[in-house]
Amino acid sequence: MLTTNQSSYDLFCFILQRSKKEKCTFHFHNTTVNIFVAKSKKTLAKPGVKNIVLVDGVRTPFLQSGTIYADLMPHDLARAALQGLLNRTGLPKDAVDYIVYGTVIQEVKTSNVAREAALGAGFSDKTPAHTVTMACISSNQAMTTAVGLIAAGQCDAVVAGGVEFMSDVPIRHSRRMRKTMLSLNKAKTLGARLSLLGSIRLAHLAPELPAVAEFSTAETMGHSADRLAAAFGVSRLEQDEFALRSHTLAKKAQDSGLLSDVISFKVPGKDIVSKDNGIRPSTMEQMAKLKPAFIKPHGTVTAANSSFLTDGASAVLIMSEEKALAMGYKPKAYLRDFVYVSQDPKDQLLLGPTYATPKVLEKSGLTLNDIDVFEFHEAFAGQIMANLKAMESDWFAQTYMGRKTKVGAPPMEKFNSWGGSLSLGHPFAATGCRLVTTVAHRLQKEGGQYGLVAACAAGGQGHAMVIEAYPQ
Amino acid sequence: MAGVRALGSLSRLTTRRYNLTMFPARTHVNYEIKGDVAVIRMNDPSARVNTLSVQMQREMTEVMDEVWGNSAVQSVVLISSKPGSFIAGADLNMIQACTTAEEVTLLSQEGQKMFEKIEKSPKPIVAAINGSCLGGGFEFAIACQYRIATKSKKTVLGCPEVMLGLLPGAGGTQRLPKMLGLPSAFDVVLTGRSIRPDKAKKMGLVHQLVDTLGPGLKSPEERTIEYLEEVAVEAARGLAKKQIPLTKEKGLMQKIQDYVMSYPFVRQQIYNTVQKKVMKQTKGLYPAPLKIIECVKAGLEQGPTAGYLAESQNFGKLAMTPESKALIGLYHGQVTCKKNRFGTPEKEVKALAVLGAGLMGAGIAQVSVDKGIHTILKDTTLEGLSRGEQQVYKGLNDKTKKKSITTFERDSFLSNLTGQLDYNGFNKADMVIEAVFEDLSIKHKVLKEVEAVIPPHCIFATNTSALPIKDIAAVSKRPEKVIGMHYFSPVDKMQLLEIITTDKTSKDTTASAVAVGLKQGKVIIVVGDGPGFYTTRCLAPMLAEAVRVLQEGVDPKKLDSLTTGFGFPVGAATLADEVGIDVAAHVAEDLGKAFGSRFGGGNIEFLKSMVDKGFKGRKSGKGCYIYQPGLKRRDVNTEALEILESYKLTPNAAISSDSDIQYRLVSRFVNEAVLCLQEGILANPVEGDIGAVFGLGFPPCLGGPFRFVDSFGADKLVEKMRKFEEVFGNQFTPCQLLLDHAKDPSKKFHK
Repeated sequence: MLTTNQSSYDLFCFILQRSKKEKCTFHFHNTTVNIFVAKSKKTLAKPGVKNIVLVDGVRTPFLQSGTIYADLMPHDLARAALQGLLNRTGLPKDAVDYIVYGTVIQEVKTSNVAREAALGAGFSDKTPAHTVTMACISSNQAMTTAVGLIAAGQCDAVVAGGVEFMSDVPIRHSRRMRKTMLSLNKAKTLGARLSLLGSIRLAHLAPELPAVAEFSTAETMGHSADRLAAAFGVSRLEQDEFALRSHTLAKKAQDSGLLSDVISFKVPGKDIVSKDNGIRPSTMEQMAKLKPAFIKPHGTVTAANSSFLTDGASAVLIMSEEKALAMGYKPKAYLRDFVYVSQDPKDQLLLGPTYATPKVLEKSGLTLNDIDVFEFHEAFAGQIMANLKAMESDWFAQTYMGRKTKVGAPPMEKFNSWGGSLSLGHPFAATGCRLVTTVAHRLQKEGGQYGLVAACAAGGQGHAMVIEAYPQ
Repeated sequence: MAGVRALGSLSRLTTRRYNLTMFPARTHVNYEIKGDVAVIRMNDPSARVNTLSVQMQREMTEVMDEVWGNSAVQSVVLISSKPGSFIAGADLNMIQACTTAEEVTLLSQEGQKMFEKIEKSPKPIVAAINGSCLGGGFEFAIACQYRIATKSKKTVLGCPEVMLGLLPGAGGTQRLPKMLGLPSAFDVVLTGRSIRPDKAKKMGLVHQLVDTLGPGLKSPEERTIEYLEEVAVEAARGLAKKQIPLTKEKGLMQKIQDYVMSYPFVRQQIYNTVQKKVMKQTKGLYPAPLKIIECVKAGLEQGPTAGYLAESQNFGKLAMTPESKALIGLYHGQVTCKKNRFGTPEKEVKALAVLGAGLMGAGIAQVSVDKGIHTILKDTTLEGLSRGEQQVYKGLNDKTKKKSITTFERDSFLSNLTGQLDYNGFNKADMVIEAVFEDLSIKHKVLKEVEAVIPPHCIFATNTSALPIKDIAAVSKRPEKVIGMHYFSPVDKMQLLEIITTDKTSKDTTASAVAVGLKQGKVIIVVGDGPGFYTTRCLAPMLAEAVRVLQEGVDPKKLDSLTTGFGFPVGAATLADEVGIDVAAHVAEDLGKAFGSRFGGGNIEFLKSMVDKGFKGRKSGKGCYIYQPGLKRRDVNTEALEILESYKLTPNAAISSDSDIQYRLVSRFVNEAVLCLQEGILANPVEGDIGAVFGLGFPPCLGGPFRFVDSFGADKLVEKMRKFEEVFGNQFTPCQLLLDHAKDPSKKFHK
């Protein structure tokens, strides 16, 4: 007897209703069946609305922080990505109308890192640049800002990207110490200066370290992820399995040269870097040995099933279709509908994809079954598993999202099949562009039509975007 | 297939029936065996919280015996299925049903035995705590081998028995000193304070903490309990396999403390210090803390047998004391006054406006914004408004320092506050509470102004301590929407709210005012309208008497010690300073006009002279005492004594002993309270007791004026009053209801 799970059954019914067939892959147990399945829509192009395309995207290799990039500054990495994009696309430097760049942990010397990097990368000094920040979806915000500028008719060609540099973060003096030092500037007499200096106590010298913690709740993200996993009953085993999958797929993709968005980067004083260095497929046994990193002793989130601190930068070239074609480019994909969502930063901190996915699908008039390629940001294995369970739950959809039914979980064979943030690394503000470029590349490689990017971000925010393959 | 399923359900049905016929059904305690761990779940189906009732104890004993007898079980998890309550304590009714100390002692000994078995269990028992774990429940938990608690806001541990005039009677006084060391144990048992989970972990009361969970595939509450159980089951397994050690390596500080404590004279020193401190704070009026010290001492100095015996016997004795009965009465009264007997209001108050940003107005705003009520705080001057907003900020900011709220919560609470000088936004207010100056013409002006801008459904509440509401409502176009809400200062600390209804106030208006008060966290009494309502009316004669006592040459310090010696938390002279001499003069004059010579006693002119000199009490820096910022010590205001000199009265020696003075003060208070019940200002004695204790600091050990009459004896009180009446006249004439009770000793205010 053939048993199917509910979602495959839905898919089956769906297939039968359609006339126009396209290729679709789905699984009955371990048998992969390729059937030609119809899409809800042939294209997401709308009359009277400008088509906006991704011309190309690149990124520096993503390296564990404190390794080869350790002595750089954030704008150096950003420069590398921007120059890489110029090289890859052969874009004339003055053809760019605008540059938007994302970053999360700000280097105070280059607070508008977009401008510093653009100047350093040799872009025209006549090209304005601004920096955006929205935690882990900062470069998504950079890209959608670009889309907005083009859609509004203000620009034709915009470079977007993001950089994160965790090898060096701003560590500040304590507030008391800063206050004393600022008052020193104003002190006029030697006596006043001495009395200020005399007021310094040993405790004032203790530095303030930045933490990957929510300001509103003071909870670190790993702690929240562990609670989220527990809330959805995600076991340690499931998390380790998913993390292992991510690393295994990333290794396979790296070895077979699928990660073509990675550019080589000659690090001053060091060798040329051309590969991500955080991919480390392990064994379940080894992973099981690790102690929980955040909730002790009974937590389930460990170093092995979390994304690690990463240095890296990414950049994409976004244009109106007309302009791209006029300049002789062959675009990789259309950037279509996108949404931003936000929810409770305490208990739903990392559920962004669950909220964003049905919303963006509805907006574009697609269903989950129309999507051929899923690229979700993997902050923690537990977070991904929790999101998948939430998306698969009618109760959750009804109780917390005000929806009649669940949206359904993406089929795993379409999901992050070239690895993800857990294995490739997660430079906070650079991940968004990697996701979008990967979707474009996978659509080209695997022959699908629609791709979906979704990500969670600190602050309880989330994002999703639908990407359509450019006809080949 | 279907056949098999039907058979399955049939077999389930028959097993259940079999169970029913063979054993009496268990309703409070059940258990499930998960591998080698028995998970015992408690759930009292008839109550909101679990208590150690007779039924619960019986079923627990049965279940424990089964679990101990089951060789497949290696360890045990004890958990409650009720979100928000592990075990909230022993069943008070069980104790109250006893008529002799011996019966209560027996109850205590049963509890001791049960927990001894738990403590000596060969199979480790993990107490998985979510919600209140108090009193007997706490003693149960500390008898277990291991404790895991959730970080839920509802999770609190502690032994509040002392607040009910009792002691932890099931081993608490014996186990805690061993667990925590003598100083911490005394702190926990004598204060009865609730300990939050993080603190409990630090103290070593619990071994492990579990986070609360948010939305998942089940409701957060349900899933959190499930998660707690999962973690506890793992821990139980670890304990059984000895992977988790039961004893923790002691820290250096702990070792030093233990070493120091091993000397008997050090322990003796601690007993003495604690005893002295207790005596100073309770004036010897509360027997429970002293008995607690006795039990702890017996256990440590003479061994466990003597300790447990002392605990059970003292528990029995305490349960029979009038102090304990008074405190338990207050506890029940408080529970009653936390309910809305007027039903659910038609419209929930979501937008509130407070007029006047003084101490009161800002205080009302503070307790509203942190409950999520959007609050407009309006004043007439920018300075006044700024001071008021600062008060709200400070009140909330102080809470962040105590870590009861986060700075983020503070900010988001403050976002509910709008400070302004005009009536902008009043058209959306559901309720306006005015806290402007106590002057009828100003109140009238404000009422008219407000009524011109508020929507028809909006309630107008007036915060006054003495002006009759019907007089204020006289100018209202909609008197059914006018009500009195008498808050006590400082609003964020004082628990009482006295709500005053006129005969025109609608029931829905009352229901709404009570609902707002409850939301603000208040204990509420609802009284009828009249000069001084209930609380001010009781206080006024007592303060009038206090002034007379001062005029008779009694030093303010002496007056204070006489009143605190009777059990009042604040002495009469200090109270006058706190209330404000000007307010006292104002009220005394108003009420004197309304009630005539019965409210006489001290000379109002003395109060007026004080006000003229600027001695308005604490707020002006001088009153009966001199107040200096930063100084705790207060000196008597000699200038006030000079004023007193010109109002001097000669005391009548027959009624001026210390005890006479105390009863002169108290009997006027009590008589007025009883008169309020007689006149229908009060709906019942319970609210009278709660109002007096929570609003005016009537001695809690006496349980309030009505319980005092019951326990002291109406006849004895009348006898005393008659003696005073001979000298002072009608100020001491007992009211009819009091006389009725004096005549018939079977008449009691509390059954």
